[in-house]
Amino acid sequence: MRFAMRVEETGGGMTGYIKHHLTHLTVNIGHDKLLAVHLDSVIFKAVIALLFVVSFFFIARRATSGVPSKTQAAVELLVGFVDGMVKDTFHGKSDFIAPLALTTFCLVFLENFMDMLPVDFLPESAKIFGVEHLRVVATADINTTVGMALGVFLLLWYVGIKHKGVVSFFKEWFTAPFHAHGLWLILLAPINLLLRLIEELVRPLSLSLRLFGNMYAGELIFLLIACFTLDAALNHVSTYVMGGAQFIAGFIWTAFHILIITLQAFIFMTLTIVYASMAAERH
Amino acid sequence: MDIAITLVIQGLVFFGVAWLVMVFIWPHIIAAIEARQKTIADGLDAAAKSQKELSEATARSKDILRDARDRAALLIEQANKRSNEIVEEAKGTAANEAQRLVSQAQGEVARETTRAREGLRQEVGKLALQGASRVLGRDIDSNTHADLLDQLAAEVARG
Repeated sequence: MRFAMRVEETGGGMTGYIKHHLTHLTVNIGHDKLLAVHLDSVIFKAVIALLFVVSFFFIARRATSGVPSKTQAAVELLVGFVDGMVKDTFHGKSDFIAPLALTTFCLVFLENFMDMLPVDFLPESAKIFGVEHLRVVATADINTTVGMALGVFLLLWYVGIKHKGVVSFFKEWFTAPFHAHGLWLILLAPINLLLRLIEELVRPLSLSLRLFGNMYAGELIFLLIACFTLDAALNHVSTYVMGGAQFIAGFIWTAFHILIITLQAFIFMTLTIVYASMAAERH
Repeated sequence: MDIAITLVIQGLVFFGVAWLVMVFIWPHIIAAIEARQKTIADGLDAAAKSQKELSEATARSKDILRDARDRAALLIEQANKRSNEIVEEAKGTAANEAQRLVSQAQGEVARETTRAREGLRQEVGKLALQGASRVLGRDIDSNTHADLLDQLAAEVARG
């Protein structure tokens, strides 16, 4: 078998299967390792983002102030929910926090949702077209989550500067959380700066790592469950036992994963709003 | 490495979970959506109904107002007519009264004239009798010469 032969190169068996699945479709745009682009993550993220934007655009275009269609009602419920969250949490003045929150929620949810698809379907289909590696869950790629977190943080800096002005925004780095006067102001400035730097570093890191970790672990468990009947033969009794076990385990984990993908999208959105409100607040 | 069976079971799991979603999750989402649709539809209906009621009430109030105005105009007209009538009536009464007073006075005058004439005639009769008796030197029996005297008196009176 062609497939079997190829696996021999990477090690074969369970390890080979999992390793194979955890390898990105990579394109090197330079000789450095840092210049490797995970094409699968980029494409899936772009396609999902496009789907999200186009579908919401058409729903919004056809929106009526009369009795809404079911699709419109669903989107209205979602938008109302996000808007309520933002109104409860964010007390600054900004027009783009709610749309930002909606976008992060929808994109993270849709990207996470790719995890619901059977873990081998898309990679195996891609193999028919000669694509060797394919990872469909963009949020299980740390590059994606870090990228999103950094994007969010640039926007949050913008919110902070817009609410406080450039001078007081950067002055705050030296004067908060420890407020002081006179000599103490100067003595405490480095400590404040250090704390602030840690804070600025930890926030995007926690935001991105939490999402990445959950999705990566989820995907790994799907792979492990798939391993139950790896290399199984139909004429063996254990195949049927393991097959049943795989079905039950897969069913439970997939059902449970519905909660995880929604929760992770929700957490990402909520933290975005919370950080935005913290950035807008004066100390 | 053969993943054919794994693939099949993954597919079964997918459809199993899809069934799970369809049975336990989807109804709740659809119910929320339909409740929202119903709320909006009901609200719009209520708004349309009250709009219609408002326009009806406005029309009715206009009707009532016009009615009242008509009735007021009628009343004013009637009152005017009545007052004219009263004035006319008073005029008539006054004229009649005047007429009556005038005719009464005229009657009085006529009566006084007659009485005066009567008195005068008798007086003249008496005077004529006295004159005649003095002329003749003897009494004239007023009874026997009554005819003559009366005639005389009548002539005096006429004269």
